[in-house]
Amino acid sequence: MNRIKKNRFKDQAFKLWGIFCTLLGIVLLSIFIGSILVDGIQRIDWDFITSLPSRKAERAGIYTALMGSVWILVLTTIIALPVGIAAAIYLEEYAKKNKLSSLLEINISNLAGVPSIIYGLLGLEIFVRVMQMGASVLAGSFTLALLILPIVIVSTREALKAVPKSIRDASFALGASKWQTVSRQLLPASSGGILTGIILALSRAVGETAPLIVIGALAYVPFAPESPMDEFSVLPIQIFNWISRPQHGFEINAAAAIIILLFITFVMNAIAVYFRNRWQSKFK
Amino acid sequence: MKENQDKIETPVRKKHKLQAKEVKVFYDDFMAIKGIDMNIRANKITAFIGPSGCGKSTFLRLFNRMNDYVDGFRMEGNILIDGENIYKKNINVEQLRKQVGMVFQKPNPFPKSIYENVAYGLKIQGIKDKSYLKDKVEDSLKQVGLWNEVKEDINKSALALSGGQQQRLCIARTLAVEPSIILMDEPTSALDPISTAKIEELIYELKQKYTIVIVTHNMQQAGRISDYTAFFYMGELIEYDKSKKLFTNPEKQQTENYITGRFG
Repeated sequence: MNRIKKNRFKDQAFKLWGIFCTLLGIVLLSIFIGSILVDGIQRIDWDFITSLPSRKAERAGIYTALMGSVWILVLTTIIALPVGIAAAIYLEEYAKKNKLSSLLEINISNLAGVPSIIYGLLGLEIFVRVMQMGASVLAGSFTLALLILPIVIVSTREALKAVPKSIRDASFALGASKWQTVSRQLLPASSGGILTGIILALSRAVGETAPLIVIGALAYVPFAPESPMDEFSVLPIQIFNWISRPQHGFEINAAAAIIILLFITFVMNAIAVYFRNRWQSKFK
Repeated sequence: MKENQDKIETPVRKKHKLQAKEVKVFYDDFMAIKGIDMNIRANKITAFIGPSGCGKSTFLRLFNRMNDYVDGFRMEGNILIDGENIYKKNINVEQLRKQVGMVFQKPNPFPKSIYENVAYGLKIQGIKDKSYLKDKVEDSLKQVGLWNEVKEDINKSALALSGGQQQRLCIARTLAVEPSIILMDEPTSALDPISTAKIEELIYELKQKYTIVIVTHNMQQAGRISDYTAFFYMGELIEYDKSKKLFTNPEKQQTENYITGRFG
């Protein structure tokens, strides 16, 4: 009897601790979002989004930074998507499972954990200097593409792995080649999972600051980029810049810009969740 | 051992569709098939029986080279189809698999429409003619007795079908590419008795046009539908004879023990 009581007590104790831990994150996040909203929401209007940067806080807007982020997002996607998916398909479907491939696998997972500033240094050397792209949108996109490639590869592989082996068997047994099986069965069947991974990777890219500062993205750009070779800024850099200024007006601007950045990443995550749910119901 | 050899060769005087010559299969260091000679006759149903892990599925998958993708797989000996070695260097494996269809243990339709499932094997051959594809799909579904059940829902997902319907769809999908041989790996083990009966009936009809090799755990099934039965044990072919003979009067003690349920 005593032991049963003791177990019951432990059970309850852990349950309470678990509730506390779960709430901890949510409560902190709510406090953060709440205070940001209080500070910044009244600053957000159409002018704030469409205005160029200015030395006067009340006239400054995020237009150039927002456009920089959009440029970066689009170019990063164009660069990272085909490379990442192709690498994942090769590793998952073509490569023989041996020591070399497991070494590759471990290294790709490790790359996902490399601090982003290291990617910045790599990008500075290769893209900005050796390939002479300068501190351009293109150099920034290549750098961020490198940064998210491991994530894209790992998540694409997971999505391919989730397609039952019986689908491959069926396709091969009907005389399909490997490429036909990949392109006609595996990619359509795993597209939801692949898309989820890519969106999550991109929502990470849109929040990155350090690597872009290293390659020379500017805090102040008078105009939005018009070609891949133009100089640029992005939202997180703009926020960082505003927060480090002494005037109170810029702090409010920073809060408002944070709201917009958060909004973008939340929307991207929501889209990712939507695709994941739709995809999961496919094999049931 | 000498007299076994003689016995094993008895059922095969006429034309052989499939031949295995001194076939050994290894998975890394493990020997899964320990030297099998076997001839399988055209337009007959040949059943492979034996306890789990005896190598019968591995052996079956040699005939359409489905073991090729298994890591560590290695084969010695020869497999001949219509006298041609299918493991020689310049063989076109995709072409081979169009000739040798396969039906799997669990129904495995593609997560696509019924139409797309049946048309897939033809589409990957580059056939684009819509009316030809449509006719072929209808024809294949009729052959497996599924047409009347699904003709209204041809563009609906194949995953909405019942297990038995799905398995018949998988057979239709195989028939659409017009193979001459159909390999079946326990095709009814995931199905209820009524669906099983339908599939068995279908298999029996199909032998008019196809050579069928079926792996089964169900001894009654082997007895009901097959013309020849081969008993495998521990990677060896123990006994191979007319089904009637093998099930009523087996030569080997091991065979008798197995079919009477004393082991396996």
